[in-house]
Amino acid sequence: MKALMPGEPFKESPDKTVASNDRPPAVEILSAEKVFANGTRGLAPIDLSIADGEFLTLIGPSGCGKSTLLKLIANLIEPSDGRLLWWRGEFAQVGQEGRRFAFVFQEPTLMPWARVDANVRLPLELANVANAKAASAVVEAIERVGLSKFARHFPRQLSGGMKMRVSIARALVTNPNLLLMDEPFGALDEFTRNKLDADLIRLWWERKLTTVFVTHSIYEAVFLSTRIIVMAASPGRIFRTMTIDAPRPRDEGFRDSAKFAAYCRELSTWLAEASLPSASGATP
Amino acid sequence: MKPLLQSETFVRVAAPLAVGVLLFGLWEVGCRLAAIPVYLFPKPSDIFESLVHNGPSLLRALMVTLRVTLQAFAAAVAIGTLVAFMFVQSRAIEVSLFPYAVLLQVTPVVAIAPLIIILVKNTQLSLTICATLVALFPIISNTTLGLRSVDPGLANYFRMNRAGRLKTLIKLRIPGALPYFFGGLRISSGLALIGAVVAEFVAGTGGRSSGLAYEILDAGFTLDIPRMFAALFLITLTGIGLFGAMVILSKLALSGWHESEMGVER
Repeated sequence: MKALMPGEPFKESPDKTVASNDRPPAVEILSAEKVFANGTRGLAPIDLSIADGEFLTLIGPSGCGKSTLLKLIANLIEPSDGRLLWWRGEFAQVGQEGRRFAFVFQEPTLMPWARVDANVRLPLELANVANAKAASAVVEAIERVGLSKFARHFPRQLSGGMKMRVSIARALVTNPNLLLMDEPFGALDEFTRNKLDADLIRLWWERKLTTVFVTHSIYEAVFLSTRIIVMAASPGRIFRTMTIDAPRPRDEGFRDSAKFAAYCRELSTWLAEASLPSASGATP
Repeated sequence: MKPLLQSETFVRVAAPLAVGVLLFGLWEVGCRLAAIPVYLFPKPSDIFESLVHNGPSLLRALMVTLRVTLQAFAAAVAIGTLVAFMFVQSRAIEVSLFPYAVLLQVTPVVAIAPLIIILVKNTQLSLTICATLVALFPIISNTTLGLRSVDPGLANYFRMNRAGRLKTLIKLRIPGALPYFFGGLRISSGLALIGAVVAEFVAGTGGRSSGLAYEILDAGFTLDIPRMFAALFLITLTGIGLFGAMVILSKLALSGWHESEMGVER
């Protein structure tokens, strides 16, 4: 395992409040910034440490760089400056046992010609996992999202919410340690969304799955997260951080609590502030 | 049980059938009433009689035409698919070769058939080449389009999972291209038949290996108009049969997932 770069101690941001555990952080973002080819500053230098087992949500006005930050974490794009560490190492060792990650997109992105089980099996096939091992993993993943009865259906025969479940099953089948989700339920109706949120938080709790989640919904963010990063635009940066201190596992009762309402109100105010033009240039 | 008239399949079969029976009836009655001579315009019953009477020779001609058609169709599918794969592998290949594929498409087969028939000694082979040239283009263009029309989200997913070129081709590009490919097959099967008949007309071969086009030419020379119609009827039937086979094939391959073959939304 690689040591931190000399001269790069943990920059202490308001992250201190997160319940610390003795395991190394899943992801460390060390002064990473992103300047796009056309010269726009997508992200100002960001320092952020994502603890193992944390449910971190990125929220902010459009253009605040939350998707860019998620792509940096997924190594889909490279930082213009600064660096990232995954489990205290380089990206090359991601994918080994205990250091896998999975990505869930805004769209389910299923193969329309393949049945549910074949879709869920895809990442295992791409990774050349042995057949027998893959079969049991597929059955288990489909069961986890409650679609066992629909394993032999085609995506077209499923509702939007069910397709998203298949997409989540496909992410879980590789037994990931880090789950990255880019507005996964954004296109669903509120009822389905609440249901999937409840399922997601149960999965997160059962699997001790470190999750980074991008959303536009305040309620979703408060309900799901252990920590919420509010971002502001031009350039994209961390505006404020909110730790949600509520019992886990959370159930629907949490949504009705006064605490939930208070968090939502505060987060809503912050988001309004983050969207103001005057927020530009403020230091995180 | 639903009433028969509300059943989708019954209506789909019965309605065109009723129209056909009506048209043939009018034709038969009209010809009889106007007393049109058989050598000008035969009645359906004359055509049927000729079909039965000339059965063996017409059937032999049909087999010859069908053989050329199927050989040409198979060759077009094989070559067309191969060319499409080459096109998607490299932009340079596509850019440099595509204009020539278009050239093949726009040159009328009647115009090049004499040349091919002169150059290629074997008549059967020269006919097959002509028909292949006609049937080739839809396969190339449709399959290329299909192989390129990959869902960008899925392509991204494959990239993220570090899928190699071959795996992406087998698991993503080929299944995604199938609906386009089958669309190409439908057009191409009909074109192969047209190409075969046109080439036969140009070749005008006599003797044993003469196809339906020769039957039509020969019937014209002898003013045996019912036989001409009978041969025409067989060509049409073959075309419908080929098209039907392609529809069934496409249904079998795509019925589970693709919109075009899903039928009525449940």
